[in-house]
Amino acid sequence: MFKRLADTGTAVAIVVDGKPVAARAGDTVAAALLAAGIDHCRTTPVTGAPRAPYCLMGVCFECLVTVDGVGSRQGCLIPVHDGMKVETQIGKREAGR
Amino acid sequence: MTAASDLAPSYDLVVIGGGPAGLAAASLAARAGVSTVLFDENPGVGGQIYRAITTTPVADRAVLGEDYWAGAELASEAKASGALIVNGATVWSLDPQKIVGVSIAGKARMIEAKHVIIATGSQERPFPIPGWTLPGVMTAGGAQTALKAQGLVPSGRTVMAGTGPLLWLLAAQTLRAGGRIDAILDTTPWRNWLQALVHLPDFALSPYFAKGLALLREVKAKVPVHRIDRVGAVGKEKLSEVVFASGGRERRLPADLLLLHQGVVPNVNLANAAGVEHVWNDRQLCFVPVLDADFGSSVPGIAVTGDGAGIAGGTAAAERGRIAAIAAVRALRPEATLPDTQAIRQKLQREEMGRAFLDWLNRPAESFRQPEGETLACRCEEVTAKQVRDMARIGCEGPNQMKAFLRCGMGPCQGRLCGLTVTELIAAERKMTPAEVGYYRLRPPVKPITLAELASLPISEAERKAVER
Amino acid sequence: MAANVGAADYDVAVVGGGLVGVATAWGLAREGCRVVVLDEGDRAVRASRGNFALVWVQSKGLGLAPYAGWTIRSSNAWGGFSDLLKQETGLDVCFQRPGGFHLALSEKELEARANILKRLHNQPGIVDYKTEIMDHSQVARMLPDIGPEVVGGSYCPLDGHVNSLRLFRTLHTAINARGVTYLPSHRVESIAKEGGEFRLTTAHGEIRAGKVALAAGNANMRLAPMVGLEAPMRPERGQIVVTERLRPFLSYPVVTLRQTDEGTVMIGDSKEESVDPAGLTIGVSATEAERAVRQFPLLANVNVVRTWSAIRVMTQDGFPIYDESETHPGAFTVCCHSGVTLAANHALSIAPMIARGALDKSLVAPFSVRRFHVQEAG
Ligand SMILES: Cc1cc2nc3c(=O)[nH]c(=O)nc-3n(C[C@H](O)[C@@H](O)[C@H](O)COP(=O)(O)OP(=O)(O)OC[C@H]3O[C@@H](n4cnc5c(N)ncnc54)[C@H](O)[C@@H]3O)c2cc1C
Ligand SMILES: Cc1cc2nc3c(=O)[nH]c(=O)nc-3n(C[C@H](O)[C@H](O)[C@H](O)COP(=O)(O)OP(=O)(O)OC[C@H]3O[C@@H](n4cnc5c(N)ncnc54)[C@H](O)[C@@H]3O)c2cc1C
Ligand code: FES
Repeated sequence: MFKRLADTGTAVAIVVDGKPVAARAGDTVAAALLAAGIDHCRTTPVTGAPRAPYCLMGVCFECLVTVDGVGSRQGCLIPVHDGMKVETQIGKREAGR
Repeated sequence: MTAASDLAPSYDLVVIGGGPAGLAAASLAARAGVSTVLFDENPGVGGQIYRAITTTPVADRAVLGEDYWAGAELASEAKASGALIVNGATVWSLDPQKIVGVSIAGKARMIEAKHVIIATGSQERPFPIPGWTLPGVMTAGGAQTALKAQGLVPSGRTVMAGTGPLLWLLAAQTLRAGGRIDAILDTTPWRNWLQALVHLPDFALSPYFAKGLALLREVKAKVPVHRIDRVGAVGKEKLSEVVFASGGRERRLPADLLLLHQGVVPNVNLANAAGVEHVWNDRQLCFVPVLDADFGSSVPGIAVTGDGAGIAGGTAAAERGRIAAIAAVRALRPEATLPDTQAIRQKLQREEMGRAFLDWLNRPAESFRQPEGETLACRCEEVTAKQVRDMARIGCEGPNQMKAFLRCGMGPCQGRLCGLTVTELIAAERKMTPAEVGYYRLRPPVKPITLAELASLPISEAERKAVER
Repeated sequence: MAANVGAADYDVAVVGGGLVGVATAWGLAREGCRVVVLDEGDRAVRASRGNFALVWVQSKGLGLAPYAGWTIRSSNAWGGFSDLLKQETGLDVCFQRPGGFHLALSEKELEARANILKRLHNQPGIVDYKTEIMDHSQVARMLPDIGPEVVGGSYCPLDGHVNSLRLFRTLHTAINARGVTYLPSHRVESIAKEGGEFRLTTAHGEIRAGKVALAAGNANMRLAPMVGLEAPMRPERGQIVVTERLRPFLSYPVVTLRQTDEGTVMIGDSKEESVDPAGLTIGVSATEAERAVRQFPLLANVNVVRTWSAIRVMTQDGFPIYDESETHPGAFTVCCHSGVTLAANHALSIAPMIARGALDKSLVAPFSVRRFHVQEAG
């Protein structure tokens, strides 16, 4: 869907659902997922429909993902860091995670 | 990085939002000697128009245009002003006593303010069409943010749909950056010209006139544009095609990305939760706060400025921020020397001049604001337009009762993506005006915080007694 | 039924479209009455939009023993009531009665709890129902996620819960399907009885009905004297915190914390004197959150999506008021806290009484407002 304009930024290695993804410094989690061509970042807790980042400005809450073990984080507001673990959130969140 | 624990218990002025309005307000106040803190939830300052102004990887200045780069000065002024600027700081509560609840890196604090300037800006108007929740459908503003902040451009088969100046701006920026746009579906109703035309002379004098025309020409030379009156996204797990129609003739375009935009509306959540009175603005089809000439709201000591006060654009937002800041400084530190308000008001007036024309021309058609049938009105709780309409028909005449009945507006976005739709659907079904129907009454936290953060806040003896038995 | 109401537009006018009003209206419609519900608009203070949704038995009746029996009657009727609603509307209000808990975070709290229960069950004339005091390990067998600070609690197998907002929607849907006229933004300003019928004045004109049922919550205080009745009230504010949707982790409702069928966790049960429905005390929400995290530590990282306050419909002594007017025959009050718990009674017991034109004293005499007069005299 998206390509990087200038591949200049410093590389940041993150892991998405167990697979390595090459992000860049300055990426938010949501942007890194879009750049990596990942279709959806969660399924809804109501009907299980797939969803992907929609607004990238913090208002829609479609970008909710599990980041470093903590669920329901707004991916479009969180900058990536080396070694970050991102997981697709499936349906309802599990208490304690 | 400022941590929650680094914050003082109180500041004279708390500015919420680091777009042009907030940056201009915070710089002016701090320079006038007022102790000022600015909170913004984004990783960097700039707000929507100047997103990632200090970090953007887009080096070629022509891509984003000079209007974008104008933000660099605002950002550096603010940095030098002495205001404490805290990014990654989400304000989740504000009450009439001007206690600000803020969360930074998972730690919440309550900060006292003598004066508060809300500069939380705007968001894109909900665009509830069939299939708008499919992965592959995004807002045009979202795509623009990805361009500004991360240098991402659409590369697959891309369709843009909607109305308003921002749609054309993004199209131009995308094309300049070498991105791909297969088609633009223009939803602007022809009849809008009837109301817009009388305001054309004013618009012709405003700075937006020449810029706007040039943009249209630039884009139309490269991309096919279709006037349409219906559009939908189709796909199983993600977008596969865009269906659109004009005068009954249906067409389909295979697509990987559909970018939607039909204008921006004030981000009312925080002001609403603080008890600020709002009214319906029929020209801009949204709720706006009731404000005095200095952007002071119905709650003493709380101002709402920038596009949050009603849409007027980024340059106007900065001037509005300055006016709100001058009022704050006058109240907090009367002895301070201040810039000439008259000159600022004149600049603002010039900026706002073309607005009526733009508003009337780009007023989205009813069919794009008042969905039907199975189209989702509320994305979070997956409530359909039909459900909302049915409940309205059996007597539900307001959004707060609707929320209780259907859970629309109860999800994490707190009504940001359904509020206007629900108000308009009820108005349509019950033959009322949106002003009569009203809006959701919002409550803290206006952005989610964790239970542990809430639990960590100060508790008085009386408050504990109200719960423990 | 229509024969004895003369020219009135409706057999019964129900004043108030909260849970009590619509449950009563539905019951009346089932009895064949032509019913109108007069309600306020969207911004009204409405306990039915902000409650905790328990169908609760334990601790009910301290101070008025018959209230325990009345509550159990409703709790027992609830299953059938929700089935009927489902048949009529297709909507499931998710009534469950697995039993419920009261959790204590200190020995002192547990002792206080045991004392209350002892006093309650020692009252003369109280129906016998079981509430068990449990220690930490007994509770943990049923609620494995409790934290170490939970010293114990009380458990009553008759306790349950429901999706109360869906109940509210379902009742509105059901009365609509049964032909009840629902008129929002029809705040009743005054009520008079003329020529054998009641005339209810609203800003949108006059409504005439053969009978009138006052179910306007705390506003009954103002309306009741217009028809020779009384409703001494003392409204009270409660605050609730609610989280995002979670996978099921809690099999029993706790009086201060429950997981809804949708997955959200509701946390609450505060009491404040304030009657400002817009106000919200963050420190009260913080206390609720702090206790919730101590009770269930796994909730610490969960997101809170909303908090709200709502005004309880509360009579002076906390017990229901059901009365019929002596001076204005055909006028009734239906007024109570715990309108969720008692919804089955209102629909299936109180409404038929109103339809017949007389309250059944053998069931509801203890809930007459006369109890206040007796106390004053004594
Ligand atoms: C997606 C988008 C893109 C846009 N792009 C352009 C453009 O390219 N050119 C143009 O002329 N206009 C653009 N606009 C219009 C925009 O409204 C501008 O006119 C301008 O950005 C408004 O400035 P502002 O200072 O009022 O608010 P904004 O620039 O919107 O700034 C508001 C800031 O407040 C922050 N904020 C919001 N809520 C909270 C909270 N609860 N806690 C902490 N921080 C918070 C936000 O993160 C944001 O940084 C855009 C609007 C949107 C929605
Ligand atoms: C925080 C909280 C937690 C609760 N938890 C529980 C619980 O767990 N279990 C339980 O059983 N109960 C609970 N309750 C109580 C329960 O919600 C109420 O008993 C019930 O909702 C009362 O319903 P009602 O119809 O009497 O009042 P309301 O819902 O307040 O409705 C009164 C209606 O009358 C209307 N009205 C007022 N004046 C007029 C007029 N002049 N003309 C026309 N209409 C008028 C109002 O607009 C309103 O619609 C709780 C309440 C609160 C506040
Ligand atoms: S993409 Fe909308 S909130 Fe993150």
